[in-house]
Amino acid sequence: MPPLAQRNLFHDKVRLTVTLTGIVFSVVLIVVQLGLFIGFTTATSNLIDHSGADLWITSKNVPYVEQGVAFSERKLNQVRAVPGVADAQKMIAHWTQWKRHDGGQESVQVVGINVDDPLERPWNLVEGRVEDLKSPDAVILDELYKQKLGVTHRGEVFEIGGYRARVVGFTRGIRSFTTSPYVFTSFKNAQDFTGLREDQTLFILVKVAPGRNIEQVRRALLAHVTDVDVLTSAKFSHMTTFYWMFTTGAGVAVLIAAVLGLVVGFVVVAQTIYATTMDHIREYGTLKAMGAPNSYVYKVIMKQAAISAVIGYVLGMFVSVFVVHGSQKGGAAILMPTPMAVGMFFLTLLMCVGAALVSINKVTRIDPAMVFKA
Amino acid sequence: MQSAISVRQLTKTYEEGATGTLALRGIDLDVSAGELLMLMGPSGSGKTTLLSIMGCILTATSGSVRVAGREVVGLREKELPAIRLEHVGFVFQGFNLFPTLTAGENVELMLDLKGISGAKAKKRAQELLEQVGLGRKYDSFPADMSGGQKQRVAIARALAGDPAIILADEPTAALDSHTGRNVMEMMSEFAHQRGRAVVIVTHDSRVLSFADRIVSIEDGMIATSGQPEAVPAGLLRNPQSQITLSLA
Repeated sequence: MPPLAQRNLFHDKVRLTVTLTGIVFSVVLIVVQLGLFIGFTTATSNLIDHSGADLWITSKNVPYVEQGVAFSERKLNQVRAVPGVADAQKMIAHWTQWKRHDGGQESVQVVGINVDDPLERPWNLVEGRVEDLKSPDAVILDELYKQKLGVTHRGEVFEIGGYRARVVGFTRGIRSFTTSPYVFTSFKNAQDFTGLREDQTLFILVKVAPGRNIEQVRRALLAHVTDVDVLTSAKFSHMTTFYWMFTTGAGVAVLIAAVLGLVVGFVVVAQTIYATTMDHIREYGTLKAMGAPNSYVYKVIMKQAAISAVIGYVLGMFVSVFVVHGSQKGGAAILMPTPMAVGMFFLTLLMCVGAALVSINKVTRIDPAMVFKA
Repeated sequence: MQSAISVRQLTKTYEEGATGTLALRGIDLDVSAGELLMLMGPSGSGKTTLLSIMGCILTATSGSVRVAGREVVGLREKELPAIRLEHVGFVFQGFNLFPTLTAGENVELMLDLKGISGAKAKKRAQELLEQVGLGRKYDSFPADMSGGQKQRVAIARALAGDPAIILADEPTAALDSHTGRNVMEMMSEFAHQRGRAVVIVTHDSRVLSFADRIVSIEDGMIATSGQPEAVPAGLLRNPQSQITLSLA
């Protein structure tokens, strides 16, 4: 086929620019909104997903990780006695107050762990070591929140929950979904910072012995330990994500924005492809008069849409990569995993081809007799 | 001689609101292979409607139209493109070239519709352009060509489908007399040397001498039909005049 689609597309540079701008705008908007959704989703369950635990033991009916309710730490021994449990550790995740040097207070989420155990250790450390948390009053926080908490360097001393806290290290990219940054510390310090009694914990994390069935161990724990829920990490992660993203409406808002991006993009692309088709309507009439079946004309329009989609996608992703990269230093991370980038290509193609269908509907109704009108 | 187009008792009504407009009223017409026929008449007389129906672009309201021996009245709309592609070539007053394609590509487009593509199509397009005297214009865009050159490209494109019938709507209207004469010489050659049935709608009195037969249409009916020398001088001077003289 002679390059009619390509030539029609590239002939009018202004129209092409408008079309591509519409597609690029749409791609970037959708990437940003979906990326935010994924970023938020990831942030909500960060603690659970990076814990390394197979099972989480909580008080009854705890809906999400930030809502832990204290229970006796003596249950830890009961848990360790259950066959199939390779490791079990107490853990605290609880909100409290951080006092800055200027007297201002910030809400933080203290994460108390057994520093000698591999479960729930801070990850992505860029300054300091996890072992530094063994020193009295030591805390590790993420570099993203330095400014918010008034921290400039390691060794600085602050107050958490009225207790002395010394910064011994920084992580990178551990975001909290809420405005309260995570502050990692030893289990003992966390009890002090959060006002928890010495014989209490909020969670027990369980690592199942290799080769043992996680579900069977979970049932065994439920049978042996009373007044607790035993949840797989996946289940608790899902519960936490669902709570923050959908019960609070935050995720719905982001998803609606993504859908709006798709709709706006579709309308802009449909309008420009339609206008391009109208510019060439007489040519399509001539094609039909020459004996071209509708399918031949559709092919020309679809090809135009597909070329627009490919170019728009490439340019859109180019811009998106910059936006995603730039967001890594901000409070809300925009994530673009590979499946999403690949999916965006097909979504862009679908959007453009769908938009072209509006034009095709018009072309179908062209009266080829129009060619005799001078 | 076998009729390339045979029209019997053809009527066409354009539906407009509650009442219709009768554009053609019982037309009978035969066009033979190798014949160059010109359709004349005032604006709104129905000649372009007749051309459109003969070219399977428009459907008739009643009557019979046989194109290359096949009855086309009553065919479904989606069956008509195949008949156009197989049997009919069009030449338009406004040339109707694709402005973003070169002269050669315009011709190739028709060949592509006929299922010929690649190097074979290029070679054939080049041959066709040479036949119309534009062998060196293969890579020229319509915007860079004169009116006469554009019309010759349009003719080459019409011929690319190797149609038995060529229908032309005012092919010389936008051309100067010299160029118009060249175009008509080509049309005449297609009819007389290559045996195509050529039907031309025209108001251009300068080209009537090329016709084998001139049919004058008025108010949707054939008013006169005969050889050019039998056409009244008034009609030759003013082809849009309302002449109802019957030719023997």
